Amino acid sequence: MYRYDSYDQAIVDARVEEFRDQTQRRLTGALTEDQFKPLRLMNGLYLQLHAYMLRVAIPYGTLSGKQMRKLGEIAGKYDKGYGHFTTRQNLQYNWIKLADAPDILAELATVEMHAIQTSGNCIRNISSDQYAGVSADEVADPRPWAELLRQWSSFHPEFTYLPRKFKIAVIASDDDRAAMRLHDIGLKLVERDGVVGAEVYAGGGMGRTPMVAPLIRDFIAEDEIISYLEACLRVYNRYGRRDNKYKARIKILVHEIGVEEYKRQVEEEFAHMRELGLNPPVEELARIRAFFAAPAYESGLSDDIDRSNPAFALWVDRQVAAHKAPGYAIVNISLKPIDGIPGDASAEQIGLVADLAEAYSFDELRVTHAQNLVLPHVKKADLYAIWQKLVAAGLAEANLDLITDIIACPGLDYCALANARSIPLAQKIAARFAAAERQAEIGELKLKISGCINACGHHHAGHIGILGVDRRGVENFQLLLGGSGAEDASLGQITGPGFSEDGVVDAIEKVTDIYLAERESGERFLDTYRRIGMKPFKEAIYG
Amino acid sequence: MVEFLSFRDGESTQEPAVTVESFTGQSNATAVRIEPGEDARELLPHLDRISLIEVNFPGFGDGRGYSAARIVREAGYTGELRAVGDVLVDQIVAMRRCGFDSFHPARALDDAAVDRALNRYDDVYQKTIDGRAPIWAKRHPETQNG
Repeated sequence: MYRYDSYDQAIVDARVEEFRDQTQRRLTGALTEDQFKPLRLMNGLYLQLHAYMLRVAIPYGTLSGKQMRKLGEIAGKYDKGYGHFTTRQNLQYNWIKLADAPDILAELATVEMHAIQTSGNCIRNISSDQYAGVSADEVADPRPWAELLRQWSSFHPEFTYLPRKFKIAVIASDDDRAAMRLHDIGLKLVERDGVVGAEVYAGGGMGRTPMVAPLIRDFIAEDEIISYLEACLRVYNRYGRRDNKYKARIKILVHEIGVEEYKRQVEEEFAHMRELGLNPPVEELARIRAFFAAPAYESGLSDDIDRSNPAFALWVDRQVAAHKAPGYAIVNISLKPIDGIPGDASAEQIGLVADLAEAYSFDELRVTHAQNLVLPHVKKADLYAIWQKLVAAGLAEANLDLITDIIACPGLDYCALANARSIPLAQKIAARFAAAERQAEIGELKLKISGCINACGHHHAGHIGILGVDRRGVENFQLLLGGSGAEDASLGQITGPGFSEDGVVDAIEKVTDIYLAERESGERFLDTYRRIGMKPFKEAIYG
Repeated sequence: MVEFLSFRDGESTQEPAVTVESFTGQSNATAVRIEPGEDARELLPHLDRISLIEVNFPGFGDGRGYSAARIVREAGYTGELRAVGDVLVDQIVAMRRCGFDSFHPARALDDAAVDRALNRYDDVYQKTIDGRAPIWAKRHPETQNG
């Protein structure tokens, strides 16, 4: 894992003091709320329906046991005892007092964490693959690139007042676990003639105008990635729309001028910018890469797992993924208990996962964009002990990628933007499909709920997506089918008229019934939908 | 409170700035004002006769002026580069990094707050045209870029 040096630490410490000063001026009335708003937003502090919300960056979703423990302590001390893991691999506290915010940032800084650029029209937290460094199929670990970009994007002087927020993801595997092509810029590491570089995708995103990002460059080498991204951002900063915030994301620019024209402008700018010496030397990426070296795996370990406990065997089959090192496994920890809030964890649960990371996973864990947690380096021999502890903590749900592994935004229970409540709907759907056999029978089905058109719950990318809207003061839910945020990225299509909260649960059941009746051998829900199309589902729902 | 802030040696240009259109169309003017949405590159053929470029920020959230500033500096412009309009204390550091060397904010700034802002961060992560060595260069003093 990356560790701060004195330069990184000094910047984060200075930021804490700057924000303390700004908050003090607000509390004494020297700053009005209007003047304070842009300042607090640059530090991830939102004013929500009931309280302030603080969004803490978890760069590329990787953190240590110590960092995780600190997140739990803050949840207990300053929040109502919970943290909420988000679709951008961040953590949000929903019940923060303004006067406490500087102290929270100071506590985070002691464990090399911050809330810098977790909101505002700037380059946000860089996201990545939760299996980075441990899956066998990647070209290279994408996280050193992500850390290089974290530093480059922090307080970038030219790109802090962009037309709109800007999200970047970096992956290195053909299996896209980070929804890379639904980002403003997505990088996929590839190898060409023995050299590692990146394919660059630009103009993806969700929101009210979802787009899958097209490829804009086939290869950019590590020693030119910064100047190339500066060119991408400069074209966007100069020509992205600023007349309408709903048309201000880069996807609209790329769509309106066309991908070829955007590419042409970027290449022209890049021809200029590559001469300016903006790129760190390759030694800098090598320095960062050294922090991500594989831990000291033991050799000669057995791959056998004692499956005599059926509940444990079920959990292993669902939650454990293949690790590149013999005798090791990747453990997915579900934050989607049937009656829970997707992505929420209590202070005690966060503390327990921190303990598990230290005891069993080389002091490392990950956050996924699907709002779950990962212990990336677990000995297969330790799986049973870990499972027992997870069971005791209510964290042993075996539903990864199943219909109850629901992504949901905070919705109208917390969010000032929302039109509808996401959480109670997620709970109703989970309750309807709670039976383990039924979930297993349906198989992989990614269900994603957004409480408004801003699409924080990734509903466009759900195999089944749900969008909450306000219809003359009444919550109404639109149903979408056929989206995907993975390597086969696609956008879901709306089935037709929307439903009440109970009505949409019934509609989902009809959809899964059609799938079970129509599927051919080996087909996931998404495959069947793609083969037979919308019509049979529509007939079942509305017929 | 400070109404005008300059980091240049000597006097600032007093000549009123003309629009980009009238500047490129004719003129013996040596001062020009860029509005958001205007292309700073139109000025590049004329940089040697310009002594003042004003970049207007009608609202602090419109960041196009940061790109305009870097573009003229990257092209070698050494004259005065002035940010005008909704220029707030919290933007001064980023503007300095993009090459602005004078400021005429619509609302006067608090001197002490400006000083605090300018001295808050010892180091920076990016290379720009302001001549500051980025952190990566300090980490690798022996390399070519550093």
